Amino acid sequence: MAITRNADAIAPVRSSSVFSIWLARHTSTSLGALGRLSRQPFASLMIILVIGVTLALPAAINVIVKNMQSVSNSWSNALDFSMYLKKDLTVSDAEDLANLIRQRADIESVGLITADEALLEFKKQSGFGKALNQLSENPLPHALVIRPSSGNTGASLTLLQEEIRNLPETELVQVDTEWVQRFHAILDIVRQAISIGVVLLGIAIVVIIGNIIRLDIENRREEIEVTKLIGASNAFVRRPFLWTGFWYGLLGGAFALLLVQYGLYLLREPVSRLAGLYQGKITVASLTITESSAIIGIAVFLGLFASWVTAARHMRRIEPR
Amino acid sequence: MIQLNNVTKRFPGGQEAISGLSLSIDKGEMVFVTGHSGAGKSTLLRLIALIERPSDGQIIVDNQNTRRVKRRKIPAYRRQIGMVFQDHKLLYDRPVFDNVALPLIIAGVSYRDAGRRVRAALDQVGLLHKEKQRPATLSAGEQQRVGIARAIITRPKLLIADEPTGNLDPDLSLEVMRIFRRFNEVGVTLLIASHDITLIDSLGCRRIALEDGKLQQEADPWQ
Ligand SMILES: Nc1ncnc2c1ncn2[C@@H]1O[C@H](COP(=O)(O)OP(=O)(O)OP(=O)(O)O)[C@@H](O)[C@H]1O
Ligand SMILES: [Mg+2]
Repeated sequence: MAITRNADAIAPVRSSSVFSIWLARHTSTSLGALGRLSRQPFASLMIILVIGVTLALPAAINVIVKNMQSVSNSWSNALDFSMYLKKDLTVSDAEDLANLIRQRADIESVGLITADEALLEFKKQSGFGKALNQLSENPLPHALVIRPSSGNTGASLTLLQEEIRNLPETELVQVDTEWVQRFHAILDIVRQAISIGVVLLGIAIVVIIGNIIRLDIENRREEIEVTKLIGASNAFVRRPFLWTGFWYGLLGGAFALLLVQYGLYLLREPVSRLAGLYQGKITVASLTITESSAIIGIAVFLGLFASWVTAARHMRRIEPR
Repeated sequence: MIQLNNVTKRFPGGQEAISGLSLSIDKGEMVFVTGHSGAGKSTLLRLIALIERPSDGQIIVDNQNTRRVKRRKIPAYRRQIGMVFQDHKLLYDRPVFDNVALPLIIAGVSYRDAGRRVRAALDQVGLLHKEKQRPATLSAGEQQRVGIARAIITRPKLLIADEPTGNLDPDLSLEVMRIFRRFNEVGVTLLIASHDITLIDSLGCRRIALEDGKLQQEADPWQ
């Protein structure tokens, strides 16, 4: 028991490089936090479940909207509308205008039907060919058939048509497919509702995780006091709680991902049957890598944010006595 | 090592636990603080550990004026001091090994690197064979020694102990004092609050006797 017997006992505290200390601390703290979660598997699972379901809800609705939109875009000519030009425009005027409009980013293609072509077609289809031959001049105007690009939303379509309608060359804009536009408008509303919902559900998740962390802090109050008493900084005592929040976020996000993918998997069969009926090529788009990582990223962010705010608020109050 | 100039600690209730206390402790000294219950022994130690701030006066520890230690720097300040508490202040949900390793972990030593030092510290307090046990399964004396091992593991220059033998029998008390004695022999400064006058006298160390937060005048020839 002589104090000089063991050299280790009197060696000064060796400090390794700042980074390796940082890494070692975080590795052990993160594993420790994970270990604590696994020691209360039922409670942890419940929380992860709640976070997962809360996140899966908006994610699933988002996927459905995305799929509906791509389906509606696959009705290729569904968004086309016709623009009838003023009578005094010549064919070359009409061609110039078509070229001009074609350059817009929100327009995929513009087709020109000259007055002569239109008359010819009309003669063929109506069977009034002889009678129409009597006309001294062609009563039909030139027309442009405009196909908006698929990136358009309901609102941007309406705006586009309004702009076309206001051009000086325009006599009349005719939209044959207003129901498609209504559909798009509804999707717009749903999308907005999602973003509001996401904010609310995000707040809910922050409150849930924050509360769990607060309880955790209360339960470990004595431990926090003791560690502070022997020289632990606020950052040191806060670290395990941040990791707890991180794990809740990560696991909750992963669970949400699982839920959404499983739901899509269940939908695949009936949708392909439906697609068969319509001879369409409808497939269920699953989550892209970007979307999946966004879900996980948001979940982790919410977990960290909640634990950070909670820990910062409560840690300062716990001072050793 | 420690110098107090006219230090007063007044609690919010108006109670003065320490009143105009001045004293000085040299490097390498082993000093006991005695006095009745409520004399201010704990408060004195807590002031030195910056668990409390003085209402008035100056405390200089290892050439640092404690008044200048900012709130954010208190943890770093405390890490220079080894502290032993009357109620041990151990973490009861962790084994002895983890308890003793804690100051090293706080200082950024990895768990693996801490191992040899933890065993060396446990060896010094004679608890090497109990490293895997939980503190609750140890006797009060053993828990106290775990607390001592934790206080010395970072090799602090100053060790303060608040009634470390408060609830130990005479044999164990003597054993703990012997451990302190050995640290003192390698240059550690010790400040120990204790009731146990007979034990202190048998060690022949300097005594600071407190009474109502002031130095008790007549008792001590060393004053
Ligand atoms: N936080 C506090 N608030 C108010 N008064 C306090 C506080 N802490 C201590 N005191 C008072 O200060 C005085 C000195 O207390 P202190 O704990 O320093 O005594 P002590 O000498 O350690 O006594 P004991 O031997 O019983 O441990 C006591 O009268 C006590 O009531
Ligand atoms: Mg006391």
